[in-house]
Amino acid sequence: MEETEKPKGILVWPIVKLASLTKKGWPGWTVLIGLIIVISIVIMTILAPYISPYDPNALNTGPIFGPPCPAHPFGTNHLGQDMFSRVLWGGSTMLQVALLSVLICFAVGVPIGLFSSYIGGNLDKVISLIMDSIYAFPGLILAIAIAVMLGRGVVNMALSIAVIYIPSYFRIVRSQVLTIKEMTYVEAARAIGAKKRTILARYILPNVIPSIVTVATINFADAVLTAAGLTFLGWGVEVDVPDWGWDLYYGRQYLPSRAWWIIFFPGLMIILLALGFTFIGEGLSEILNPRLREGE
Amino acid sequence: MTLRTYIITRVLLTIPMVLFLLTTVFVVIRVLPGDPVLLHFEKRADPQVIEEFRHKLGLDKPIWEQYIDYLAGLLRLDFGKSMQDFSPVAQQIFSAFPATLELAIFSMLVAVGVGIFLGVEAARSYNTPKDHAIRVFGIVTYAIPVFFLGIVLQMVFGIMLGWLPTGGRTYPGMEPQGAYITLPGVGTIHLATGLYTIDSILEGNPAKLIQALRYLCLPSITLGLVLSGIFVRLTRNNMLETLRMDFITAAKARGLKERVIIYGYALKNSFLPILTMMGLQFATLLSGAVLTETTFSWPGLGRYIFTRIGFRDYTAIQGAITVFAILVAAVSLVVDILYAYLDPRIRL
Repeated sequence: MEETEKPKGILVWPIVKLASLTKKGWPGWTVLIGLIIVISIVIMTILAPYISPYDPNALNTGPIFGPPCPAHPFGTNHLGQDMFSRVLWGGSTMLQVALLSVLICFAVGVPIGLFSSYIGGNLDKVISLIMDSIYAFPGLILAIAIAVMLGRGVVNMALSIAVIYIPSYFRIVRSQVLTIKEMTYVEAARAIGAKKRTILARYILPNVIPSIVTVATINFADAVLTAAGLTFLGWGVEVDVPDWGWDLYYGRQYLPSRAWWIIFFPGLMIILLALGFTFIGEGLSEILNPRLREGE
Repeated sequence: MTLRTYIITRVLLTIPMVLFLLTTVFVVIRVLPGDPVLLHFEKRADPQVIEEFRHKLGLDKPIWEQYIDYLAGLLRLDFGKSMQDFSPVAQQIFSAFPATLELAIFSMLVAVGVGIFLGVEAARSYNTPKDHAIRVFGIVTYAIPVFFLGIVLQMVFGIMLGWLPTGGRTYPGMEPQGAYITLPGVGTIHLATGLYTIDSILEGNPAKLIQALRYLCLPSITLGLVLSGIFVRLTRNNMLETLRMDFITAAKARGLKERVIIYGYALKNSFLPILTMMGLQFATLLSGAVLTETTFSWPGLGRYIFTRIGFRDYTAIQGAITVFAILVAAVSLVVDILYAYLDPRIRL
């Protein structure tokens, strides 16, 4: 039915497409809910300069440690800054870091995975060993090491996170290519004299993409959490950039004040963002690999 | 392949992995852009002071010589000198390590305990609201930043209710000393593990044990809950599969109680996957430990890294990360060997 309906206009199409997700049952709903969460947070962050009641860095907009009230729905922190405005603004760094790190992983991990597994031999063994070693290492600790050496900044943070997730892309691409390259259609392509490059790009890559998309959404969730973790350890971007991670870093020091609102709302936003991406990833992986669907 | 040859092969395969991990640590700290010495001084010091400093730490040698020094030092358990006070890093690391180990053990217990219990409950009530609720719990634990959960628990149980301490390892002055055993002919041996729970038992001091457990409560529940999601899912899926098998039907036909069937028969089949997962989750556990220790001022390796970052003490950071690398390789080796021992098919 969805094929016969010709949607009009570029705005209607995505909505029709998204609505059709619900026909896929529980996994479709999961993806839809995840998308709604993530898109709302992105829109909220983009609109923050226009809708936030106060400058997120303005001091003494209200009482110090003021509890939530109509003027400050999320209360105020130790500097009297408006938490609601800070929450609206605070996702920007995390979203940038996550997006950038996913792009870097994609650009590095996928080609390496394709070539390494297609060429095979000793080169493949060495690359696999390297990737497995990075994969086995506690991710956050490696990210800390790289981040403290490279210094602060969105790009450096994204780089340090990317390094720890490249192996995930490499592994999924490699395992897929190893199966696909034995298939008859690839053999046929080779038989008619297609170049290696052509085979990889036109016949193998398109079949690997769905798995990569799943890894990428999970990677988004992980990147958000790792970025928050780095910031919480004091290694985020500059302090004057409003950020949920920074709010938790400072909020922790003022726990005895019992001002739960200065940690609760930023923390909730991090959870929602990570949860949104996790939902998308969970749903997609069930839709794309129906055999793995749990309990069937 | 016999078990012995399997172990030997596996150990030999660990060597390149450890070597690569150590090289990575070295490359990250010494070769990547960003000179540890300049970063330490924040570019404000006199060049001559910087040169002396470099010389004192052996950082003025050519890079390959430093690399050899680094690896050779590790064989002697020498992790270099701290940039902060020039004391040996190894000593500081070994005194912080037991705290991390204790936290890791208790967190893993919480994670596996909660995971098995909820996983079994979900499988028993497959496709009911209870099952869905447990599955959502599994996904949510994955998305919660461990430090946020920690802060919330501190706020609720430590500050608002005042039931549990919010930080540290024990009440000042309540550090257990372990046991002094006098053996005839050998002299007195000081037996202490550095794990406060075990040391207080060795000392035979229940008051100290209770304190140690009280301080362990919030950090290990925090880290354990965050890790439990994956065990919930694993147990649930395994149980769903097992509960459909013939031997379960047979057990039911014999009129055994459901609890006996589930915990006595079915759960045994999930044991191997859970063991493997414990090994796989070890790296995640260590990452989580850094954040948990920072949140709860737990004086372990994670907090050590955190404070050393504050001091810009790069040799100490390198040392601590090296220990993590070796630990990860060792755990994966042990888990693989244990697995091969328990499941002979692996060795084929």
